[in-house]
Amino acid sequence: MQSEPMASDAAVPPVRDGADVAGRGPGIGRPLVGRAPARPSTGTAGRSPQRRSPWRKVVFYGVLSLMAVPFVFPTWWMITSSFKPINRIFAFPPELWPSNPTLDGYIGAFTVQPFALQYFNSMYIAVLVTAGTMLFSSMAGYAFARIRFRGQGLLFVVVLTGLLIPAEVTIVPLFQMFNAWGLIDTHWPLILVTTFGAPSVLATFIMRQYFITLPVELEEAARIDGLGRWRIYWSIALPLSRSALAAVAIFTFLHVWNLYLEPTVYLQTPELFTLPQALTRYTDAYGGEMWNTQLAAATLTALPVLIVFVFAQKQFVEGLAQTGLKG
Amino acid sequence: MADATVTTPGRAPARPGGAPTTAPPSRSNGTSNGTSNGTSKGARARRRFTPSYATRDQLTGYLFIAPQFLGIVFFVLVPLGLIFWYSLNEWNVLAGTFRFVGTENFEKLFADPKIAPVLQATAVFSIGLVVLNLGLALLLAVLLNRKVAGMTVFRTIFFSPVVVSLVAWTIVWGFLMQDNGGINGLLQLVGVDGPNWLREGPTAMASVIVVQVFKNVGLNMVLFLAALQGVPQEVQEAARMDGASDRQLFWRITVPLISPTILLTSIITIVGSLQVFAQIAVLTQGGPGISTTVLVYYLFQQAFDFHHFGYGSTLSIVLFAIVLVLTVLQWQLRKRWVFYEN
Repeated sequence: MQSEPMASDAAVPPVRDGADVAGRGPGIGRPLVGRAPARPSTGTAGRSPQRRSPWRKVVFYGVLSLMAVPFVFPTWWMITSSFKPINRIFAFPPELWPSNPTLDGYIGAFTVQPFALQYFNSMYIAVLVTAGTMLFSSMAGYAFARIRFRGQGLLFVVVLTGLLIPAEVTIVPLFQMFNAWGLIDTHWPLILVTTFGAPSVLATFIMRQYFITLPVELEEAARIDGLGRWRIYWSIALPLSRSALAAVAIFTFLHVWNLYLEPTVYLQTPELFTLPQALTRYTDAYGGEMWNTQLAAATLTALPVLIVFVFAQKQFVEGLAQTGLKG
Repeated sequence: MADATVTTPGRAPARPGGAPTTAPPSRSNGTSNGTSNGTSKGARARRRFTPSYATRDQLTGYLFIAPQFLGIVFFVLVPLGLIFWYSLNEWNVLAGTFRFVGTENFEKLFADPKIAPVLQATAVFSIGLVVLNLGLALLLAVLLNRKVAGMTVFRTIFFSPVVVSLVAWTIVWGFLMQDNGGINGLLQLVGVDGPNWLREGPTAMASVIVVQVFKNVGLNMVLFLAALQGVPQEVQEAARMDGASDRQLFWRITVPLISPTILLTSIITIVGSLQVFAQIAVLTQGGPGISTTVLVYYLFQQAFDFHHFGYGSTLSIVLFAIVLVLTVLQWQLRKRWVFYEN
């Protein structure tokens, strides 16, 4: 009884060499499981949990901390440098903390470009597209999972092609189409393509996979009570799929927030720019980079999502893991 | 159920095992009839709806998928068809010329002295990214898959770049990797004279790859962590009992069992690596020379900088073909090395 958990926790010294473990891949699981009880643990005394030396722990945490540096340092450097005066940005030795902080960068960020407007553009486009994707993808996902109609399989395959074709492949004809419709230099291409086109296919797929798992009985009860499809979807299926919807919302928002190629292609007027595009335009009259302004703007772009992430870390990670696993 | 209502009329029976009764029965016979009717109707509905409901349901189905379906048709399939048509034409937007040239764009493609280096840069980027990304993600996932203090903090740290705006992240790295930037500053502190990372041939591509790895490795790490937690405990214990070493346990048990996730992450990462644009545009603009000009960046240049829409469409076809071949190939390969699928 006691030996089992101990055996799993402690590092068991190899009793035999791994000759029979080194079997072939696929069949490896079953014989091992089947054999395990047949071989009672020998020498229970020798299997007491060996305390790993404290140094192992120190090394373990040390290695992890060292590996964390390139993940944390850039963000740290971005934030601190955004408070440095321009002449101290490339100071040597590097200042890990601004010695005489200034808000010059932040003032510049808003005066060189219509940054507040660009911020608003990014925000409203991301919110609109996220809401639209949540609605339309869940509708389509629900229909593919739960409603039976002619040609369903074929139509689903057609929708799935969106997963296969990266947006970069179709950017040239899309530009021409929106050009013909007079929608270049408006936000319409960004909103329409991301809400209805290829980027929303993964969302539809995730929602479909989720709706398939919902118990049929719930809907049947509702249907017998006389509820129509729309009501069943809206008041029963949708509220139950909150976790999948959250996942869709998170990755859609991040995707739209990060779009760069599309705005670069579709937008020309600085007042219409979105944040990623605006960030690359902080240059002085001679085309030189205005680093403190640029870093201040980058901080303002990155920080809100980062703060939300730190507080809702679990939802973010699980949501994105779910999209990956089910995609 | 029927017994209960018959034997104890008037009171709700509180019998062990007896299902909670429905509304207080007016008459025992009526209740049992009603229940049996209800269930049979439900069973029938499950098998086949009444024709009117089914027809209405069909229509609802089409209406529900309409926005998404039309979106795919208009914004994916029609444009996809158009690149084939455009590729047969010479289209200069500035000059306003559009004329049918047949296979001229494809001849130009095969004669283009830049296409080989561009494809090579694309391959180097993709391979470098996938190897480093998956390797580091797996290493991090294995390190973090322990029930010791602080793992959540480390997971948060390694994942955080995923949520940092891509261009912001890239700009900071560009800032750090300048000749007089933070990285060379730190190197100088230990007496090393760092190169001009983004302006020298060999280091430029490596830098772009590294920046991208740190940005997105957290996503794959999380997927691997989820997969590792799905590896059955009994299998690992059994292998340990049989005397498997840590290394054997990892390569012969863990890796085969998480191979579906490895396949999935590699597909996502490879297809994603072919789409890289912002990082190149911000960090190197394809330079020095054309050493970091990947296919999407070249496509963008041809179409939107030089206004060769016909040739840009031809390059789009190349990109599409590569994505298609890689996806199909990986899907076929999964039979070879993915041991089980959930």
